[in-house]
Amino acid sequence: MKWLILAIVIVSTTFGDVLQALGMRRHGEIDDFRPDSLGRQALQAIRNPAIGGAVFAMTVAFFSFMALLSVADVSFASPATAGSYVLDTILARTLLKEHIDTRRWAGAALVAFGIFLLSR
Amino acid sequence: MPPSAPTKPERALSLTAKTRLFTLIVIVSNVIGNLALSHGLRNTGSLVGGPVLGYITVLFNPWVAVGVVFLIVWFLSHMTLLSWADLSYVLPVTAIGYALIALGGRVFLHESVSLVRWGGIAFIVCGVSLVGGTDPRATPEKKQL
Repeated sequence: MKWLILAIVIVSTTFGDVLQALGMRRHGEIDDFRPDSLGRQALQAIRNPAIGGAVFAMTVAFFSFMALLSVADVSFASPATAGSYVLDTILARTLLKEHIDTRRWAGAALVAFGIFLLSR
Repeated sequence: MPPSAPTKPERALSLTAKTRLFTLIVIVSNVIGNLALSHGLRNTGSLVGGPVLGYITVLFNPWVAVGVVFLIVWFLSHMTLLSWADLSYVLPVTAIGYALIALGGRVFLHESVSLVRWGGIAFIVCGVSLVGGTDPRATPEKKQL
């Protein structure tokens, strides 16, 4: 059961991350941090379907992560959910068309391996 | 001559400064949120297979509530950071949070950290340093998808 919940956390987190990145790319760079401007931008972001999808995916991820924490230690649960990490990087390259140079691939591989060790 | 309204460059933070600031907020809120949530869920028993109401009831546990507040801060700051930085930059750099959560689990929740886990923390730190040295916005002006 622990592994099934973990799979749900990973898939929903990945969808959440990618939709969030896609939505914010469409929204544009946030450069004004005054409260009234932030409020306006938050309202604009909510109307963005990709951000709506991200909020839904993150809500699923949150409740399944809570279920995972109720049956596993945080030092297992937190790194283990980073399986979404590898999937995220691949989708950033293929779906979001991000430029990922050698240093980023190497850094991502080191982090992924470190997270793997951390979950053992 | 009357003072002019602040122009965009005057009120805008530099890319490096705001990337550092929001990366810090993302990491700190994620670490505190996860630790508080885990602490709160420790004594509630398994939620798996229980009634759906159990998920709602547990939100009234003070530690879980604190965790939820910090995870909302995490979500909003993560979203802000992604408005200018690549996903392939944000994810590895904020992964240092995993190492901090393991350390926090050791210090505050008395969970064990084996030699292998210490090795994992070292790999994460190396990876974060490597990616942290790249341009947060390496993708040429964001193509519309």
